[in-house]
Amino acid sequence: MSAEQKSPQQSAIDELYDEAEHWNLNTGEETIHAKRMGGTWRKIKWLSASVWILLFIVPYLRIGDRQAILFDIPNRQFHILNMTILPQDFWMLSLLLLFFALLLAVSTALVGRVYCGYFCFQTVWTDVFTWLDEKLEGTPPKRRKLDKAKLDFTKFRIKFTKHFIWLLISVLTGISFVAWFYDAYDLWSDIFSLQAGSTAYGTIALFTAGTYVLAGYMREQACFWLCPYARIQGVMVDNTTLVPTYDFKRGEPRGRIVKGQSEDERTTGDCVDCKQCIAVCPTGVDIRHGQQEGCITCGLCIDACDLVMEKIDRPKGLIRYESLDVLEGGENRPLFKRPRVWVYGLIMSVALAGIGYGLSTLDALELKVIHARQPLFVLLSTGSIQNKYTLKVLNKMTKDVPVTITATGPEGLILVDADGIIAKHGKVTPRTVFLRVPKSNLKGENTPIIFQVEGEMSGEVFMGTRMSVFIGPKY
Amino acid sequence: MADNNPYPGENNTGHIWDDNIRELDNPVPGWWMIAFWASIIFFFGYGVLYPMYPIGQKPTQGVLGWTQIKEYQEGLDEVMAVRAEFENQLKEMTAQEILANPGLADYTEASVRVLFGDNCAPCHGGGGQGGPGYPVLADDDWLFGGTVETIQQTITMGRKGIMTAHGKILSDAEADKLVDAIVAGDPQSDPNFLQKGCIACHGMDGKGMQMLGSANLTDGIYRFVPGEGQSIKDSVKQTILHGVNDVTDPQTREAVMPSFGDRLSKDEIKKLAVFVYKFGGGQ
Ligand code: SF4
Ligand code: SF4
Repeated sequence: MSAEQKSPQQSAIDELYDEAEHWNLNTGEETIHAKRMGGTWRKIKWLSASVWILLFIVPYLRIGDRQAILFDIPNRQFHILNMTILPQDFWMLSLLLLFFALLLAVSTALVGRVYCGYFCFQTVWTDVFTWLDEKLEGTPPKRRKLDKAKLDFTKFRIKFTKHFIWLLISVLTGISFVAWFYDAYDLWSDIFSLQAGSTAYGTIALFTAGTYVLAGYMREQACFWLCPYARIQGVMVDNTTLVPTYDFKRGEPRGRIVKGQSEDERTTGDCVDCKQCIAVCPTGVDIRHGQQEGCITCGLCIDACDLVMEKIDRPKGLIRYESLDVLEGGENRPLFKRPRVWVYGLIMSVALAGIGYGLSTLDALELKVIHARQPLFVLLSTGSIQNKYTLKVLNKMTKDVPVTITATGPEGLILVDADGIIAKHGKVTPRTVFLRVPKSNLKGENTPIIFQVEGEMSGEVFMGTRMSVFIGPKY
Repeated sequence: MADNNPYPGENNTGHIWDDNIRELDNPVPGWWMIAFWASIIFFFGYGVLYPMYPIGQKPTQGVLGWTQIKEYQEGLDEVMAVRAEFENQLKEMTAQEILANPGLADYTEASVRVLFGDNCAPCHGGGGQGGPGYPVLADDDWLFGGTVETIQQTITMGRKGIMTAHGKILSDAEADKLVDAIVAGDPQSDPNFLQKGCIACHGMDGKGMQMLGSANLTDGIYRFVPGEGQSIKDSVKQTILHGVNDVTDPQTREAVMPSFGDRLSKDEIKKLAVFVYKFGGGQ
């Protein structure tokens, strides 16, 4: 079959292939060496990325004799500043997760993948690693050349230094992560004296390998093929979402600047097809094809294009944060007409309110009461009815506290075996107690009972109460 | 087909459907081959380390010498090692001393629960609530005494209650009157209580004698609960007329607690006594 005799079907297929060529799929065969340049968004990116410094320094802050924030998993205690949160309070964690899930949703609805572009650890660490690339190996063309060059001493020296620093950052990342779960100062000495235990070493190793591979090699491939959030962005973004957008109305038809031609004679659009936007893109995307899966909305192409526009004296903002609606000549829908945003917002505030409530009502002493099931009650030879309860006193304070238990209920109620309880700190202290009530004072099968626990620490009195029931015979 | 392949040079197998859907003969991805060979190596490695190939009567044993029962035994030993610390202390102590030590009493309660479930719960219930025809352990009405030593003795030796049938010496009407007095909590109000010799076992005041295991007739707690369709009075009357463990009366009540002295060790019985004591009725 020669080219001349192509069937109509065949040429239709070829057309499809031609079209598809624009959409080159980045599957990581080629390392992307993005150009780095200054600009507004570049500055914002550094600022936003700097929140991750917290990961490295917070573990070393201390309050009194303990770490300010410590997730102490072996002891099942979670210290956050002055609060101690025990597994019993973990329902708040689900609200916190709900809050962050919706924060992600609402921010995506408003401004696309800001998280990806400015905060995500994958983006931030990759950014730092590529910054090192630039510092040690030079500009993108130099880097490409170095990659292709034969391994000689200079190449080895450069590469070795780079990988060494990468590894150093990776190890530091691992250790810093573990330091949130392990006394940070002890951690360092334990690591070097080989005392740190397999979980700590394992986690550090995992994070080291993860950081090194993900930020050093996988890079944008992680965003393309690993990250689930990148995949669901499509359903979270709509026509009103602000995302880095190429203004095709202004830009097309693109064309190079023709020497000697004045601006008035020009027949092309504003885009001079210099491909700077592609050169700076950390994921190798050509934004001029429109918003697409590879774009992490980092805004670096905006900086690049603005610089070009400045040079050739055309108005800035050929690539800018804009919604599809506005780009197509419409207007930005006001916020109150975007129910999705405020429904998200509403759920977020409910979650926040729940956490606020939870934190404000964190009792220092908590009491749980379990009524014995077998037998529900017994008749005593004195004519009283006796019920058996297991009390569980949870003490969230930092010291053991002697507590008194009281019970209120029907007349003649006697509490037995509740003396001398010492509530162990950070633990649940169980105690079996009995209640006795003269049979004649019981009005029905079930009588409500209120148990109260009271303890004192540093002059402050803490209390906890719990409803329960006293069960008697049927009449 | 291969001769006039419409898509030459793309390494297809020559299988073409609907004119343009082709089966390509591409190599398997590298990661897949690595996983494939790794799983084969794993298979043989596993067979060397662990029991696997069914050769002869027994499968090959594996060089690690691992067996399920060994692993179980190790787990058990671990638990025993944890318990040993407490058990050694308990050995030296009397039941009374254990009760005085809250930590050890809690340990005892927690660790002997299974033993109670196996040996005692079938009659007395998991929480000592008793069963039809079997006494409650959680109340404070004890036939033979409720100190921890007596409980220990009861478990070791067993108990057998004895009451002769009084059907021959009491008329039906007399029995009814006596029943009324007992259920009212005041057995002495009926002269027959004295005249028919009830006081010999149940005492002048009707409160029973723990030496004999005779019941307290004044507190409204009955060793024998009413059966199907019986009232309390019917049930008390049955006990009076037919007695307890009286071989001469076929309708007599049966009440025997077997002895556990030869089934359980002394330490086990000590722990069980503490457990029973802590149901809430110990004295
Ligand atoms: S940087 Fe601007 S002018 Fe250059 S190719 Fe991209 S969109 Fe066109
Ligand atoms: S297209 Fe622009 S905004 Fe999107 S990832 Fe590339 S540089 Fe960032």
